[in-house]
Amino acid sequence: MNDRRSFFVLTMLVFGFAFLYLPIIAMVIYSFNASRLVTVWDSANSPTLAWYVELFHNSQIMDAAKLSFRIASVNATGAVILGTLAAFALQRYRKFRGRAMFGLLTTAPMVLPEVITGLSLLLLFVALEQGIGWPSGRGATTITIAHMTFSMAYAIVVIQARLATVDRSLEEAAMDLGARPWKVFAVITLPLIASAIASAWVLAFILSWDDIVITSFVSGPGSTTLPQLVFSKVRLGVSPDINALATILVLIVSLAVVVAGTYMMRRDRRRMRDSQAAQGATG
Amino acid sequence: MNAVVGAGVETGQKGPAPYVRIERLTKRFGDFVAVRQVSLEIQRGEIFCLLGGSGCGKTTLLRMLAGFETPTDGAIFIDGVDVTQVPPYERPVNMMFQSYALFPHMTVAQNVAFGLKQDGTARGEIESRVQEMLSLVQLNGYEKRKPHQLSGGQRQRVALARALVKRPKLLLLDEPLGALDKKLREHTQFELVNLQEKLGVTFVIVTHDQEEAMTLASRIGVMRAGEILQVGTPADIYEFPNSRFVADFIGSVNMVEGRLIEDEPDHVRIECAQLGAIVYVDHGVSSPPDAPVSVAIRPEKIQLSRERPEQTDNVLQGVIAGIAYLGNATRYLVRLPTGFLLRVTAPNVFRHEERLEPDERVWLHWHSSSPVVVTR
Amino acid sequence: MAALALLLTGGGDAVSVSAPAGTRLAGRFAAIRGALGRRAVIALPYAWLAVFFLVPFLIVLKIAFSNIQLSMPPVEPVMVWTADHVLQLRLHFSNFTFVFGDELYLAAFVNSLQVAGVSTLFALLIGYPMAYGIARAPGAWRNILFLLVVLPFFTSFLLRVYAWMGLLGRSGPINALLMQLGIIHEPVQLLQTDFAVYLGMVYSYLPFMVLPLYSAIEKLDLTLLEAAADLGCRPAKAFFMITLPLTKEGIFAGCLLVFIPAVGEYVIPALLGGPDTLMIGRVVWDEFFGNRDWPVASALAIVLLVILAGFVLLLQRVQAQEGEA
Repeated sequence: MNDRRSFFVLTMLVFGFAFLYLPIIAMVIYSFNASRLVTVWDSANSPTLAWYVELFHNSQIMDAAKLSFRIASVNATGAVILGTLAAFALQRYRKFRGRAMFGLLTTAPMVLPEVITGLSLLLLFVALEQGIGWPSGRGATTITIAHMTFSMAYAIVVIQARLATVDRSLEEAAMDLGARPWKVFAVITLPLIASAIASAWVLAFILSWDDIVITSFVSGPGSTTLPQLVFSKVRLGVSPDINALATILVLIVSLAVVVAGTYMMRRDRRRMRDSQAAQGATG
Repeated sequence: MNAVVGAGVETGQKGPAPYVRIERLTKRFGDFVAVRQVSLEIQRGEIFCLLGGSGCGKTTLLRMLAGFETPTDGAIFIDGVDVTQVPPYERPVNMMFQSYALFPHMTVAQNVAFGLKQDGTARGEIESRVQEMLSLVQLNGYEKRKPHQLSGGQRQRVALARALVKRPKLLLLDEPLGALDKKLREHTQFELVNLQEKLGVTFVIVTHDQEEAMTLASRIGVMRAGEILQVGTPADIYEFPNSRFVADFIGSVNMVEGRLIEDEPDHVRIECAQLGAIVYVDHGVSSPPDAPVSVAIRPEKIQLSRERPEQTDNVLQGVIAGIAYLGNATRYLVRLPTGFLLRVTAPNVFRHEERLEPDERVWLHWHSSSPVVVTR
Repeated sequence: MAALALLLTGGGDAVSVSAPAGTRLAGRFAAIRGALGRRAVIALPYAWLAVFFLVPFLIVLKIAFSNIQLSMPPVEPVMVWTADHVLQLRLHFSNFTFVFGDELYLAAFVNSLQVAGVSTLFALLIGYPMAYGIARAPGAWRNILFLLVVLPFFTSFLLRVYAWMGLLGRSGPINALLMQLGIIHEPVQLLQTDFAVYLGMVYSYLPFMVLPLYSAIEKLDLTLLEAAADLGCRPAKAFFMITLPLTKEGIFAGCLLVFIPAVGEYVIPALLGGPDTLMIGRVVWDEFFGNRDWPVASALAIVLLVILAGFVLLLQRVQAQEGEA
């Protein structure tokens, strides 16, 4: 009985992970295919790094990647700053006027379909330009603002969850020892939620780096982000240099996740060993 | 009794002026009144224990002293200064938290130095004072450790050092020994008292553990439902409880309902239906005659014997219904002819003692000064 | 001020009795300073969200009630000052009657809900055993498998959808494999079909399903299952009587996380779907960019939002009733 059940679960695990990873693996393999017809393996000339070379010589892709990186970094930084403030307000200030509305505003961007967010922001920018002359035209600035607005909501969730686990008596202890509220935040709260802030930053970066729908609404003719470029290319069909690009991105992300994962596991294990040793020492 | 419940007198004619004065302090959370009209005076150098069950308001009172909660009404004076509205970071008061609240990302030395740094103390002085404090709590050599590398007892001592290093006028301790196991707790109790004597800092301790309060405190305030019921030395509280609740809360007690039938200035007689006897008490009670009262008799104040005792008052007969041998003492449960069960504790003085057997008929008696009569 | 603060913080018995009024004042000032800081913490993000989220939303609402016109922006103003200085409010419900009157839009809404619903169901059917397997895996494995679920989330969504374009193509490996096995004799059309859209949806949103399920199953107290076994409940029955009800929160969360974005999805139907795959996200996009009909696009957005809000509220109510029962 038990064996049959775990066999089923195991099968589903294998199937599920195969489903998740086979397309990615296929994409990586095809990035070394010499044939222009992507899915037809040219065994005579493969594997080849030709598409990688082409990728780095494609100034259009390189420019788009740089723009995306810039927008994603600024967005992540802004979203984390605003998100930390908002999370702090929601977690630490039990009641203030308009709290319910604030709570709604901080979660709604996650639920709202991207087409609606993009559409509404574009309408705002158009109205603003007509009304006060800013922003003149659309480009990196409007994209960054739009990204900050929706990625901030995710940052709030991540930071607020951590903030909830921070023992309030730590903050009280610091205050009791003479630290003023801002000092308490800087010296105690911030270091304790630092890893959550880092995760929120990465999350906000990825959301921005990856976004296509909202970006398409609020971008201008002069500013094409990497997802926009990729989207317009792949709409016309598969393209081998996109495989190469995808492979590079997958590689970077996997490395980052693996490093972060092992670091966290090591830290947890060390922590456990330390506290066990401390308990054992004095019985 | 030296209980000073009631509004503090501005001109302190009796003895020194109180170091901490709490005046009609009230704290409401919505409809719930956590602390109700509490007035209290604490002298310099005292160890004052706030004792009570969970939800009695003792922690809220302590947090108002620290400045984490703003009183709804009333005032707090420390050393003559009104601190009611002063934020925690400007109060000359420090606290040792129940969870210790050691900053997990700082070393032991950084934790202890934290408070001094906030005051802008010179680096050299910080170092010497941290060292001094750490040697006082016997933690030299642990400066570089992080909190998670310490045992429970060591953490407790770091928390204590951190709170004391600023030389506060008042040290607040929230269940200071609550997180320690029993053996360590006894040892730490004495360390805490020694330290207090050495430094002369005034301690206010919150605890739910009556034994802890008895060992540590110079005076105890018993709290219930947001109010202070009685303030006094441990002996006062134990021997002269002023209410049924206090008598029952501190230690074990036999509580018997009764009716005053003779009320003289030097003695009273109380008819107790549950005992089937009249209890003679050798001190007066200020209560209207025929009023219902309670008589509290501590188990260790009742004596058992096989032979009829010589005295005539306060003598009963019963049957041993249960025996629990505790080592240092034996606890008996004696059934009276009325069916009432009386708890009696007898010390085990001799190793080869002829002990009483279950179902044995025994005589019980106590001294006429032993019972306490409480009217509320 | 500074002197007073010094009096208070500078410990020592030198300061015995100072003016109570002064210290009270110092406290008051500190309280006011605290309130100001507090206000700033709330105001900054609040203002941002009000300007860049709430106001745009109101503009969409406004434009949904206005008429299209040939200009930039291509809408008539809703509020107009007439010649005799009267503020005139011109609300046009025509956009909504147009939206509800056209079968194309109706079909798009129905199809979106259907695609999202079916995809959510399949994601749940695949995701639950996966989450269960991960939560019950031995220590080290659990962390690795968990990371493996998170990893696709961090790799580009767009590129992961794109990966299926290669696999599903006429000359792609799936067709090649099927032909090799003799199941089919010539390549079948896989790409640009509804099947491809379902596949892409389940594939893209599977991690969103697995993560909340995993945390719900992991939290489950195993002694409850032991107790059930002890009381004579067979494992399969225990799963339906204990595990499933106690992980309901995770199921709700997972379904919501998949369903909501799936309804408004644009990229997947645009890349994997055929020209006749009608999904509302795509229709809004086309109305806006293709036809430049901002009022109708806005009206569609409002209707979509109302439908989604209705679903969320319904689910919340069901959940609340479950909680009461």
